[in-house]
Amino acid sequence: MAAVGETRITYDARGLAEPIADAPRIATVDGGVARFDAKDLTTRTINLELRRLLYEEGVKEVVVDNPQSRHSLAVGILRRCRITFNGSLGYFGCGIVDGPEIHIKGRVGWSACENMMSGVVVVDSNAGSLTGAAMRGGDLVVKGRVGARTGIDQKGGTIIVCGDAGSMNGFMMQRGRQIILGDVGPGLGDSMYDGTIYVGGKVKSLGIDCVPGEWTEADTEFIERKFRIYGLGSPPALQKFVCGKVLYNYDSLEPAERKLVI
Amino acid sequence: MCGIAGIIYRDGAKHPIGVEMTRMLQSMKHRGPDSTGYALYGAPPQGEFVMRFKLADANTPRDFEFEDRLRRHRYEVESRLAALGARVHVVEEETPYAFRVGFDFDGGLKLLTDLVEDIPEAEVLSLGRSLEIVKDLGDAETVHRQYGLDDFTGTHAIGHVRMATESEVDIAGAHPYWAYPYSDVAVVHNGQLTNYFYWRRRLERAGRRFMSECDSEIIAVYLAEEMDKGSSLSDAMHRSLEELDGVFTYIAVTKDELGVAKDELAAKPLVLYESDELVALASEEIAIRQLVDHEIETYDPYEREVLVWQR
Repeated sequence: MAAVGETRITYDARGLAEPIADAPRIATVDGGVARFDAKDLTTRTINLELRRLLYEEGVKEVVVDNPQSRHSLAVGILRRCRITFNGSLGYFGCGIVDGPEIHIKGRVGWSACENMMSGVVVVDSNAGSLTGAAMRGGDLVVKGRVGARTGIDQKGGTIIVCGDAGSMNGFMMQRGRQIILGDVGPGLGDSMYDGTIYVGGKVKSLGIDCVPGEWTEADTEFIERKFRIYGLGSPPALQKFVCGKVLYNYDSLEPAERKLVI
Repeated sequence: MCGIAGIIYRDGAKHPIGVEMTRMLQSMKHRGPDSTGYALYGAPPQGEFVMRFKLADANTPRDFEFEDRLRRHRYEVESRLAALGARVHVVEEETPYAFRVGFDFDGGLKLLTDLVEDIPEAEVLSLGRSLEIVKDLGDAETVHRQYGLDDFTGTHAIGHVRMATESEVDIAGAHPYWAYPYSDVAVVHNGQLTNYFYWRRRLERAGRRFMSECDSEIIAVYLAEEMDKGSSLSDAMHRSLEELDGVFTYIAVTKDELGVAKDELAAKPLVLYESDELVALASEEIAIRQLVDHEIETYDPYEREVLVWQR
């Protein structure tokens, strides 16, 4: 008999579902810092152990060794805490987080920090496509290069990329900022509604309705502040791109509304 | 969705690619549990041809005459090979319906393939001096066990786990595809091609044969057509970016090259790892980590990239 709230796997013909498990309770806590080796754990047990430490034990700092590029790690962490991954993550890492400071000493796959609400994520190496998709707040720093469509549908926060970026960066972004120090691929800022993209390298082509913006004191202050916080040295010369707002048609009325006005 | 993987060793020596490819593909089972396929390159001892063919599909209805028909068709294949002047060394029964035959032959491979495929339900899965395509239903470990890939050593390999979206779940619809009638050329693909029917009609008029309704088969046949005109693998792959529409990441292999191409949207994932010893690529980094025990530096190729490596 399943307990209330527990979901049981009743049908799994293809053998894809991960069995229900309990937190493995293998972490050692030393001076307020918890540490565990994820080498022999599954995605589910890593996340359970992480949540046990952060939510039940109230630990403020966790170090995870050997994440081995597994998918969906540290998703939905809604606490202020510090998490360090000694290794690379797979797809969907650190999604929907609100508050934590996460340091990934390796690479991340596609869709890292999707829908991130607040906090800081620093990636020491490259990131895949769709990095920071639909991000709402916080800072995401990628020290290497990123794939395509970084910050697609971005609604806030800051994405800093120290290397190159692929095509369609900032596609349909609505708010927030991106700082890309390397070259960017075709279709930069395609169909963006608002927000700002700063580029240090060459731009292969601009997307529809993405135009160069006017540099202000506020831009200089913002860039210098972010570079100072993340220890990125002195900022290089950057180009600024914003939305041209020619695709905007919020002011045009629906046919029914037009009749009322007339 | 589908998952693809490739591995090529730079030293040209033989490595246990059968076991390694299974580990890569099994780790991506969640990307496609319907069928699994391998294109493995291991040079046979005498430099003979190896043909892999099937005489029924894994899920063909097993009627009363099924076994009898398999026996007759197998005999028919062997006698047709003999009639063409092929000197058959060995015929191995991998499963009741899939066979591996090694032979010496000096004539045209197209004629030989056509004569074998003229037998009802027969399909030549691969033909070449080092290429062997193994594909069947189920996950990687199931296919590995069924076809006994434990001892398979070779220089390079590609593999595919399939989540069927556009055509049936059967061996004919499973990847990799052999580039009929080119010896030692095979392709795996993740994506959808939107101008499939255009190219299928066009290539059929040019005399190419299609064994499935899977869009990925187009890529293999297209590359074969281009190479027939004298293009190198790299040139043919570059041209395919212009001529094939849709979203795709595909890996193509020949007897000593392995190449990957991405569409102009970079819509399908691929993670690439290069070291002094080997090049490994897969839809997910987790598959590459099955081969390499330490933290590695990998990246995603960008849109419209074509990369080719030699063994």
